[in-house]
Amino acid sequence: MKAIVTVIGKDKVGIIAQVSTVLAENMVNILDISQTILQDYFTMIMLVDLSNMSISFSELHRRLEEKGETIGVQIKIQREEVFKAMHKI
Amino acid sequence: MISQSEITETIRMIESEKLDIRTITLGISLRDCADSDGAVARRKIYDKITYCAKNLVRVGDEISIEYGIPIINKRIAVTPISIVAEPSGDENYVAFAQVIDQAAQAVGVNFIGGFTALVHKGFTKGDMRLMASIPEALATTERVCSSVNLATTKSGINMDAVKHMGEIIKETAFLTREKDSLGCAKLMVLTNAVEDNPFMAGAFHGPGEAECSINIGISGPGAVKAALEKVKGADFDTVAECVKKVAFKITRLGQLVAYEASKRLRVPFGIVDVSLAPTPAIGDSVARILEEMGLESFGAPGSTAALALLNDAVKKGGIMASSHVGGLSGAFIPVSEDEGIIAAVEKGALNIEKLEAMTCVCSVGLDMIAIAGDTSPETISAIIADEAAIGIINNKTTAVRIIPVWGKKVGEWAEFGGLLGRAPIMEVSKFSSRNFIQRGGRIPAPITSLKN
Repeated sequence: MKAIVTVIGKDKVGIIAQVSTVLAENMVNILDISQTILQDYFTMIMLVDLSNMSISFSELHRRLEEKGETIGVQIKIQREEVFKAMHKI
Repeated sequence: MISQSEITETIRMIESEKLDIRTITLGISLRDCADSDGAVARRKIYDKITYCAKNLVRVGDEISIEYGIPIINKRIAVTPISIVAEPSGDENYVAFAQVIDQAAQAVGVNFIGGFTALVHKGFTKGDMRLMASIPEALATTERVCSSVNLATTKSGINMDAVKHMGEIIKETAFLTREKDSLGCAKLMVLTNAVEDNPFMAGAFHGPGEAECSINIGISGPGAVKAALEKVKGADFDTVAECVKKVAFKITRLGQLVAYEASKRLRVPFGIVDVSLAPTPAIGDSVARILEEMGLESFGAPGSTAALALLNDAVKKGGIMASSHVGGLSGAFIPVSEDEGIIAAVEKGALNIEKLEAMTCVCSVGLDMIAIAGDTSPETISAIIADEAAIGIINNKTTAVRIIPVWGKKVGEWAEFGGLLGRAPIMEVSKFSSRNFIQRGGRIPAPITSLKN
């Protein structure tokens, strides 16, 4: 199962490090990563592989949300199918 | 891989344009619960609903988290209770409404539809008893939704039922007078009712349906409006194309959720209902889409044409996105549930007659309209008859959900709370329809029904 992690917020030092730590701790592999900074606003999109994930999806969702609150950015994780369904025929 | 702009577009539609799945509705057949003993039937009903729907809310919440799409409601539709209760011989069906209310509460759903009678051609004993029980049933339950189908293109209009429903609506308004006649907000009078509608208050699990089925109602007026903001001033060809594209994307989400829910609940997928369903929240309004097309207010001349275009384009966009499109599938214009429609009534841009005209080109009908509490039952019946006529002649579903708010007059407000919203009391014609309604009988099926 693959998912898309999106991080949106004001740019600061260490956002990628903090988010990837949560992912690594729970055996989530990062397959692709892209980021842009537009007028101080940081947007990062990651494609991750959840096949070996050591916790449940909802628990990972909760931990990422918590991390987002700690560092002051919005972190979302959604299964990849939702984007495929909407944008690919 | 999906592009960054596609990902941000999806997230924007969900986060700021209020795109959501409005409802996952589990249809459950209760036909095998009928029994000659009413108490036994009710026990079977409670057991079947709580067994079939035990995982509905949990699965809905799981899908919502995994896909990051809000799923606003999880609901249940059951076989019309008039059919299930009839063999019991009970004279009064209020206890049946109460038992489905308890079952709905036990599994955590906010509405359960199916306190229903299908009387378009005539009444059985069970139909009569169910209809007589509606006011008390709605006054003594919280989650139960009731509907009566009293006309079809194939059978014409049952004008005796039309007459009864005026009286039943008035009595329901009286019995729930402490809550601005809230009971009437859960009572729908239908023409050409569909068997797989996932939206309340008109949802029931039709006699032609499977044992259980999953039907999904999508939403997304905010996403359509946001897309139209990008084509300001463009011609209608562009507008229609733009709506179709958004409707396609929204429906694909609905199809995905339907597929997942069906798999996880082990219940066959029924249909995706491609409807634009508004809520009272800002940015979730069908009226504002019409205004974005260039009307000063919803209700201004041009509104019917704008709504026709919107309704048609939504269907065309949606049809390819789902393997089975069904239910009502059309834009809703429920007055109290749409912030833009409320505003239009408030500033005098919209009256019931214009709404009636608009119901010719959209789903469903005169919906969530508050009128003065002293409106006569015959006037309410006559309004129902007009809507039924539009339905049978145009071969479409129409409905009337009208609330004669007890003790309130034109200019005052009714507060229903939550998704049901709030509505200003609207004016109805003061000319009498009494002698018309007193005739009774049936209005014959129109010539358009004879297609064989």
